[in-house]
Amino acid sequence: MVHRRAVEWLVFVAPLPLAIIVAYVFPLLGVLRWSFTDPTRGLQNYDRIMVDDNIHAIAWRTLDLCLTTTVAAVLIAYLLAYHWTFGPPWRRRFVELCVLIPFWISVLIRAFGWLIVLRPKGLLNEWLLAGGLISEPLALVRNDLGVVIGMVHFMVPFAVFPILAVMRQIDPRIMSAARGLGAGPVRRFLEIFLPLSLPGVIGSVFIVFVFTLGFFITPAILGGGRVVMIAEYIFTQMSQTAKWGLGAALAVSLLLVVSIMIGALLKLVRIEQFAR
Amino acid sequence: MRDQRPGILSTVAVYAAMVFLVLPLVAVIPVSFTSKRFLSMPGGQWSLQHYGEMVSNSEWLQSIQTSLLIAFLTALVSTVLATLFCVGVWYVRSRLTGVLLGLVLMPMAVPPIISALTLYFFVTSADVYDTLIGAVIAHVAMSVPYAVVTIMVSLSQIDRRIEMAARNLGASVWQTTFWVILPNIRFGVISAAFLSFILSWEEISVTLFVTSVDIITLPRKVWSGLRDNIDPVIASISVVLIAVTTVAIVLKLVAEARQSLREA
Repeated sequence: MVHRRAVEWLVFVAPLPLAIIVAYVFPLLGVLRWSFTDPTRGLQNYDRIMVDDNIHAIAWRTLDLCLTTTVAAVLIAYLLAYHWTFGPPWRRRFVELCVLIPFWISVLIRAFGWLIVLRPKGLLNEWLLAGGLISEPLALVRNDLGVVIGMVHFMVPFAVFPILAVMRQIDPRIMSAARGLGAGPVRRFLEIFLPLSLPGVIGSVFIVFVFTLGFFITPAILGGGRVVMIAEYIFTQMSQTAKWGLGAALAVSLLLVVSIMIGALLKLVRIEQFAR
Repeated sequence: MRDQRPGILSTVAVYAAMVFLVLPLVAVIPVSFTSKRFLSMPGGQWSLQHYGEMVSNSEWLQSIQTSLLIAFLTALVSTVLATLFCVGVWYVRSRLTGVLLGLVLMPMAVPPIISALTLYFFVTSADVYDTLIGAVIAHVAMSVPYAVVTIMVSLSQIDRRIEMAARNLGASVWQTTFWVILPNIRFGVISAAFLSFILSWEEISVTLFVTSVDIITLPRKVWSGLRDNIDPVIASISVVLIAVTTVAIVLKLVAEARQSLREA
């Protein structure tokens, strides 16, 4: 029996956590050390983050773009989840397809697709020009707008799933009861359905916000080097200017923010469970 | 159900949302058939030259091969490690399970840019920067949390008594695992392998940091193609990948619909 326990622990349980510790946890601590030792020992990288106006501007811009993306993506996701749950059967299938196909396609291809649609000689501008709606191509990409469109498109499928899971569990009899008691469709939705689906919305908001904070692929392609989000800034610090210490300090700060948010989410979810 | 029937306004809005979701994927199709050497609409002159380029240009072919190899190895290693781990914590039922799970799921919660830095630190310290093995280790770290979640879900659905029965009948840990547990979670294990494969095949953020000039995966090649003058070959590759994905999802949905019809 002792032998069996040993096999279960050493052969089954242990290898993966050990591998993660060696390949991920220790290196993460190494990055933490970089932030205090590169280029010289001390807190200079964090000092720089505290006083550098450029970094502050980027941080605010990141926050701004992430909030915009979150609101847009969650609204669209809510709409899709609603029709996925309550639409006619064939529409449900259609929604499912439209959510799942982009979900499984690489972020690069999706950003590339938006480049084709949005660039000055792209699909949308050509249509608008041909339709006589505009006389000059609109600047839809290589700016904030393009980045937000790309990020919203990336995040919508991720935001649909938590909302969908909660909506499916709402007891239809509650809605019938509200109707029986004389509540109109708007009131039924605002006062009963929306509050009941809120846990899914909160989950989606956090997923989208935390994901977009760390985005750099989509902004790099659709921002065209002009929009700089914090993650993309870290990327350029590393790959172009080789400021490893500063990049690491920014990464540590970002990780701190994300951890606090995940902690807050867990607390929020737990409090909600108590409230029931 | 009648009480939640969507109104006309929300129906119009949801169609707009669906157009938004598929528009960039559909837009790639005509561009891939252009006869010009730069990114453009075909404008009456359709050509397959960029598809030809895709299957004849050795650089693109090489990157596809590299990606397939890395994705295969990643799927193999991730699935084996994740399966052992999940079945293990299921057996031992320890109070440490929560901590261990938190540890192995960490790469999933950390923003990709930070994972990229972390894994760069690892591959340079371990002297496997820009090598096949370094890329595979980095991809395993990124995909293994998803494999663990998938297998955990599938394990949570099996009845513990079958393990006890096997144990009481004198089966060893290995016999129990191979003849009792694995057959019951095979769909979870297959899904985990599939998911790891796709995640590795598409991985770009970490790949940009752990590889350089020797190991060029398909996403890395596409990335550099998107940064410079955009090569229309990227459109052809995108169309092929979009088509494969769409067919796979449609087949899956059809299979599910058949299944539910049979059960009904």
